[in-house]
Amino acid sequence: MSSVGEGAIPDGDASEERPESTTDPSLAVRGLTKRYGETVALDGVDLAVDEGEFVAVVGPSGCGKSTLLRVLSGLEECFEGEAAVGGTDVRRAGSDHVGMVFQEPRLLAWADVRENVAIGLPADVDRDDPAARDRVDDLIETVGLDGFAESRPGELSGGMAQRVSLARGLAYDPEVLLLDEPFSALDRLTKYEQQDHLLDVWAERGTTVALVTHDVEEAAYLADRVVVLGGQPGTVEAVIDVDADRPRDRTDGGLLAARREITDALGL
Amino acid sequence: MATTRETGRASADAAAETLPDADRFRWLIGFVVPAAIVVAWHLLVATGVFAAHQLPAPLRVVETLYGLGASGELWGHVAITVQRVFLGVLLGASVGIALGTLTGLSELAADLLDPLLQSLKNIPSLAWVPLFLLWFGIGEGAKVLLIAVGAFFPVYLNLSAGIGEVSEDLLEVAEVYDLGRIESLRRVVFPAAVPSLLVGIRGGVGLAWMFVVAAELIAASEGIGFLLSDGRVLARPDIIVGSILLFAFLGNLSDLAVKEVENRVVGR
Repeated sequence: MSSVGEGAIPDGDASEERPESTTDPSLAVRGLTKRYGETVALDGVDLAVDEGEFVAVVGPSGCGKSTLLRVLSGLEECFEGEAAVGGTDVRRAGSDHVGMVFQEPRLLAWADVRENVAIGLPADVDRDDPAARDRVDDLIETVGLDGFAESRPGELSGGMAQRVSLARGLAYDPEVLLLDEPFSALDRLTKYEQQDHLLDVWAERGTTVALVTHDVEEAAYLADRVVVLGGQPGTVEAVIDVDADRPRDRTDGGLLAARREITDALGL
Repeated sequence: MATTRETGRASADAAAETLPDADRFRWLIGFVVPAAIVVAWHLLVATGVFAAHQLPAPLRVVETLYGLGASGELWGHVAITVQRVFLGVLLGASVGIALGTLTGLSELAADLLDPLLQSLKNIPSLAWVPLFLLWFGIGEGAKVLLIAVGAFFPVYLNLSAGIGEVSEDLLEVAEVYDLGRIESLRRVVFPAAVPSLLVGIRGGVGLAWMFVVAAELIAASEGIGFLLSDGRVLARPDIIVGSILLFAFLGNLSDLAVKEVENRVVGR
């Protein structure tokens, strides 16, 4: 349903820039240790995500899941070890290649939904261009907020605000999309809808996705691979390949097996 | 959700059908006490508790103001005072916005300028008067500058703090979505600081009215402040009280105007 706006958007160069990362994994983390003062949030984490791969990171709260995303998004500059996006060290590339959907909506309170989503448009897209406007409106529709384009964040429920934030992340159309529990504030039905929509976008765009969640079912349903973080400080407990064909059925036996493995790795 | 609330309230609404009308006139309650004071004032003067040469009767004040208005003298005084306040606020707020933006954005500028400005703000308005007279004579420039000093500080202090306190969460959003310095100022930082700026302007307008009295009491041949001091020289308490009421009226009017702008911009 979003194909109408996409054709008009000059996004062709996104795919042309990608070949540089054919040899390097899209996300590469080696021996990542991150401290906040005395507290060690992550301890020697290794992770490699191939281009176009969908990886979920699960773990109990406080295991450093969000910290991992913050490092990858270029927001944390001080850490030990290596973290690279598309072969470039994040300390150098910053957040140029990644889009991030934060755990909180983080919307501009004074701007309406349309303007908030437009914040995510890449810098080279003219925001006043009718095609860009169509694209923003399409995204608002795909996250199920049609009719709310002119609403302000204060008029939205928590779940709706989170979907605006998701639309903003999708508008950015990055090489790597980082998602920090984007669906945790949604009711089950909306959550399922938004998960499927994310899978559509991912399949269509070939974006590399790293999703942090505490929802085992969600991780198994969405991801190619699930990284289980555990303990405090956070370390990689297990990496589980989800063996199920796409498009997936939520009751697929492969998903159930993966869920059992994840739950075991979490020590539940 | 709205419908259930409405049906739940339907009966209560029916019972309170007459209330909205009463609510509409609620602001009139604010006039009860001032009216009672005017009546008491009139009685106290009429019964001779206060001598008429110290406190004129309310009607006498009205007559005097009406006489000044009818002869055209009053409008010249009002116009020049309003002009001074307007120019002073314009100048003070402009410099306040410039320096507030500078210190809000640059830590170096804040370290250099803020301690000085913070201590200058504690100098009482009247203390500046002799110096300004010495430097700028008794012309319009000295008065406008003095008022500008008054209007400057609230604008500077509020804006500088407002820009400095823009939520880190939103700045991270601007960083992740690569808004760049200019765009993130235009879309995130400045809009976020607008409420603080308006609070500052409101305070600045209030102080401008205090400073205009200081300027006009000491060195002026026109203006409401001059009228005030002329009333003392001529032993005309009716002129003094009338001038005070004029200041009260104009001060309130300007405050309401800024408040209205504030409501339109922030209350959206």
